[in-house]
Amino acid sequence: MKKPGVKDLYIGAVIINPPTSLTNKTGSWRVIRPVIDQDRCIRCRICWAYCPDAAILELDQPYEAGGKKYSITYVVNYDYCKGCGICAAECPVKAIKMIPEVEKL
Amino acid sequence: MSMNKVLEKKLLEPLSGNHAVAYAVRDCDVDVISAYPITPQTTIVEKLAEFVASGELDAEFLHVESEHSALSAAIGAAASGARAFTATSSQGLALMYEVLFIASGMRIPMVMALVTRALSAPINIWNDHSDLMASQDTGWIQLVSTNNQEAYDFIIIGYKLSEREDVMLPVMVALDGYIQSHTIEPVQLEDPEKVRKFVPKKKRPVTLDPEKPVSFGTLGDPDWYYEFKIQQAEALERAYQAYKEVSSEFSQYFGRSYEPFQILYGEDSDAILVVLGAHTGTFLKAVEMARREGMKIGLGVIRMLRPFPPEVSKYLSQYSFIGVADKAINFGSASGSYLTNDIATSLYLEGASSRITTYIYGIGGRPVKIEDALYVVRHLWRISKRLEEVPKKPVFVGVRY
Amino acid sequence: MRYEIIFHGRGGQGAVTAAEIMAYAAILSGLYAQAFPEFGAERRGAPVKAYFRVDDKEPIYERNPVERPDMIAVLDEGLILRLHPPIYTNLKSNGWIIINSSRDPEKLRDVVERKDVKIAVVNATSIALELFKRPIVNTTIIGALMKVFNVIPMENIEKAIRSKFQKDVAEINIKAIKKGYENTVVIE
Repeated sequence: MKKPGVKDLYIGAVIINPPTSLTNKTGSWRVIRPVIDQDRCIRCRICWAYCPDAAILELDQPYEAGGKKYSITYVVNYDYCKGCGICAAECPVKAIKMIPEVEKL
Repeated sequence: MSMNKVLEKKLLEPLSGNHAVAYAVRDCDVDVISAYPITPQTTIVEKLAEFVASGELDAEFLHVESEHSALSAAIGAAASGARAFTATSSQGLALMYEVLFIASGMRIPMVMALVTRALSAPINIWNDHSDLMASQDTGWIQLVSTNNQEAYDFIIIGYKLSEREDVMLPVMVALDGYIQSHTIEPVQLEDPEKVRKFVPKKKRPVTLDPEKPVSFGTLGDPDWYYEFKIQQAEALERAYQAYKEVSSEFSQYFGRSYEPFQILYGEDSDAILVVLGAHTGTFLKAVEMARREGMKIGLGVIRMLRPFPPEVSKYLSQYSFIGVADKAINFGSASGSYLTNDIATSLYLEGASSRITTYIYGIGGRPVKIEDALYVVRHLWRISKRLEEVPKKPVFVGVRY
Repeated sequence: MRYEIIFHGRGGQGAVTAAEIMAYAAILSGLYAQAFPEFGAERRGAPVKAYFRVDDKEPIYERNPVERPDMIAVLDEGLILRLHPPIYTNLKSNGWIIINSSRDPEKLRDVVERKDVKIAVVNATSIALELFKRPIVNTTIIGALMKVFNVIPMENIEKAIRSKFQKDVAEINIKAIKKGYENTVVIE
């Protein structure tokens, strides 16, 4: 398919049909992946706030761990997570581990 | 010969160039003014601040911390659909430099008044065209006024031109520091209602709007950047025809019109002296004096610097000898003059063999006396009569060696 | 007919404003006019020049400084006594010098080396000190020059003053013009 050219593009590099970034699946850039230990996670939301790609999702999914009940669960959206590791570095309870992608093979 | 018919029946307002600009901005009902004061531009924004304070103009007046911010804020305002204005001079324009490209690259419609002033160093607050000329390649449309009436009119024409969907580019309206900005002369102010009818505010198809999100100021990687730049270049080229249409509509409304390039006394002349800006009138006076002495020299007046009007080469190629009076030095360039470089290129592309003599004058506010202007006209006449060789380097009028 | 005036003053005396008032009044009278300062010397006490051109028939295109004035209006007598070459060197023959001076007008006549020009003298400083409590002499000098300059009607000078200044300031300046006009001694 021919990419849009001079006559097709909206002027000024304005993106008029956001969010076009959804089509750019940056998950393939990842070398290491964050894995959340749900038993250890205290649902503080810090990883969600720090993620530069908004790749931590907050799901309405109840979870019970160590006698505590949570109404939400955090999961990683691996379609877009680039594996930068900021979530793991910021997690106050060290509930996120960065695991080399190769192990998956 | 009348350059424009200003004084006809109606009484005119005595206005400085800066106040003429401020009145035009008021009459265009501008929404956002974002500016930082700098000599000799200051009285434009002072007057606008008065208009806003008195309620005569319903606008946001943004006090910013630099010219870089002034233009950035104006871009943001314009991207959100507001009619934005800023004004600056010299170092202020230089500090805006990177943002100038962003405004044109983002295809932001807005108007900026440039009150021309020499660039430092040495520090100089007086007039020349070094700021205007050094910004000619930033993608802006540049209209250069020769008197305060034109400064008023070009602001109004500027908004109409800038906001056209086939243009969508920022417009710079130049007026000469002090020589216009602080000179009182008669100006025909128009009825603001009529001006607003001429430049109605239309909702633009795409603006920053929370209801309908879009992204401005995006990345253009090697796969995309080129196409946007070609769009921009084509739009600036279209701006020439668009200007002619806007100008003719302006003349239907207000009875005044300005050609991008105008030749006075062209018919029987042996050579044409090309000028722009406020001293056009001084050179016109000198041309008229010289013609009374039998020297047939004509005057070419550039009012549109960017895009460079195609008719310049079409008209000038009919003459064997051209003089170019430039109030800026283009350091180290082929001719040493911005204007000569453009004119020579356009003549070459036209296949013409006209010879050009460059005259640099009025640098750093050096007063231009009538004998300076006469010296230029007489020198060009001697060249046209082959009494003098065409110099390879610019003639620096009035410099001490 | 073209008529050109140079206002010579010192920063703070209002020479630039004087030229502007003249241009306002001329334009209000339907004439072509132009006023501009010698740019940039906006420092209190520094010599300042301001130019005024008026024409009843032809538009004014040129923007070169006035080089051969028909009249010079001198807001500070020191400028006429102490500068070399004298500021009236390029004044046209039969032209006018309007001087703010407390000296005896006849003695001033002897000091001015040009005998082909006419002189009008007014003690503008004392009038200004009386009215404004400050030596801002520009409008008093306009009063003096109006005694010998009849291109613009006096009522338009007053209109110009009213459009340029706020009410109280305008009225006191109009008074200064009238006093200047009345107290000027003309030496042909």
